[in-house]
Amino acid sequence: MKQNEIQNFEIEQLLEAILFRYGYDFRNYARASLERRVEERLALSSLECVSEMLPKILYDQEFFDLFLKDMSVTVTDMFRDPQVYLKIRETLFTHLRTYSRINIWHAGCATGEEVYSMAIMLEEEDLLKRTRIYATDYNNHSLEIAKKGIYPANKIKQYTSNYLSAGGKASFADYYQAKYESAKIKESLKRNITFANHNLVKDQVFAEMHLIMCRNVLIYFDRKLQDRVLSIFKESLIHRGFLVLGEKENLNFSCVKEAFETFAHKERVYRRANYV
Amino acid sequence: MYEAIGIGVSAGGINALKHIIPILPHDYPLAVIVIQHRIHTAEDFLVEFLNNHSAIRVKEAQLGEVIKPGCVYIGPSGYHLLIERNKTFSLSIDPPVNYVMPSVDVLFESAALAYQDKFIGLIMTGANHDGSKGLAKVKKYGGMAIVQDPATAEVAVMPQAAIDIVKVDYIIPLHEMGIFFKNLKFIGET
Repeated sequence: MKQNEIQNFEIEQLLEAILFRYGYDFRNYARASLERRVEERLALSSLECVSEMLPKILYDQEFFDLFLKDMSVTVTDMFRDPQVYLKIRETLFTHLRTYSRINIWHAGCATGEEVYSMAIMLEEEDLLKRTRIYATDYNNHSLEIAKKGIYPANKIKQYTSNYLSAGGKASFADYYQAKYESAKIKESLKRNITFANHNLVKDQVFAEMHLIMCRNVLIYFDRKLQDRVLSIFKESLIHRGFLVLGEKENLNFSCVKEAFETFAHKERVYRRANYV
Repeated sequence: MYEAIGIGVSAGGINALKHIIPILPHDYPLAVIVIQHRIHTAEDFLVEFLNNHSAIRVKEAQLGEVIKPGCVYIGPSGYHLLIERNKTFSLSIDPPVNYVMPSVDVLFESAALAYQDKFIGLIMTGANHDGSKGLAKVKKYGGMAIVQDPATAEVAVMPQAAIDIVKVDYIIPLHEMGIFFKNLKFIGET
């Protein structure tokens, strides 16, 4: 039998063990990047094969915590893909402005960079005070970082340039305090943000949303799980509500395709279609 | 017979790719998957440029797309490109590997698992060490390892790094690369 088939079997076992022991279900995650993370954990922990991870997962909560931490590391920027934020500011906000209360959901917010980007834009467009942003992630390690809002100072240059390309109206330096090697997001931006644990794999709709941001989350899921998550978004959005996906994600092959219309193709903005 | 070729290029990549992709026929019997290191921007002209100069179809690799022969797929900027075992593409924004995203190591390591002995890895010009580990894994799973002759590379570091750690099958000068790949089917027939 080929080694890659054996490893595939071992990973299935590992994911079953994690589900059984801790209730996290990674079985419908895109396998290639998950397998890569598992292999990296093997190397870091000086283990020979995936099977050696099994007893550690089952009996050693700290080891599972390490694994969960591995899974939480993704890379994003404030105002990643500035043209998307510019589109939101220039067109979506015109629609959101008509509501007295606005609910925005950042589903899979990871370490929070894009949440604060949204808060800054809302503030500049005088919409923040009537908005509630729900920023959720399944991973508490990520949420802790997101809540703190402290980012490496060496990224500020990139963020500032993104902010300007995204139509920033003030000075980006107004929104953070630089301290030693880090930049801390201004507290007032956090006032209207609720950070909470929500697992797209198993949790349900929790509020009506006017806008859902879910960028570069679906890339980590297989088709089945993508469909589950998109169905939740469909249910959660108000009539004519908006959904923004990552620039390489789309609804073309999803089960909710008919329920949405394309609002801005390049920026991956979709809108709940009129009920028929 | 091989099913797919992965090409990893960095600095000097456009010129290097121009020596290969435009020479391939439109019905080339393998899939070609290219990782070119570059910064993440909204406007990416690499695909358009290569497509305009080639008989074979050149397109950006899409999330979930089934990989087919006779097509050149370019990994998008700002994402890692991976291959699932069912020969479809997936993307990630995992941390940079060797300081780069997309990373050749990430593509090659997943391709080795998916294609095993049906995959050919090629490392060309570049200024860092990305791709060497991936190429080693391609070899480990029975695939073929090819490196551009560093003497013919705009920047020799990346191909040299691969030669240093991988027992490569072929070292080929740039001007012979296109014809080598065009005639590759004869090598695969054993």
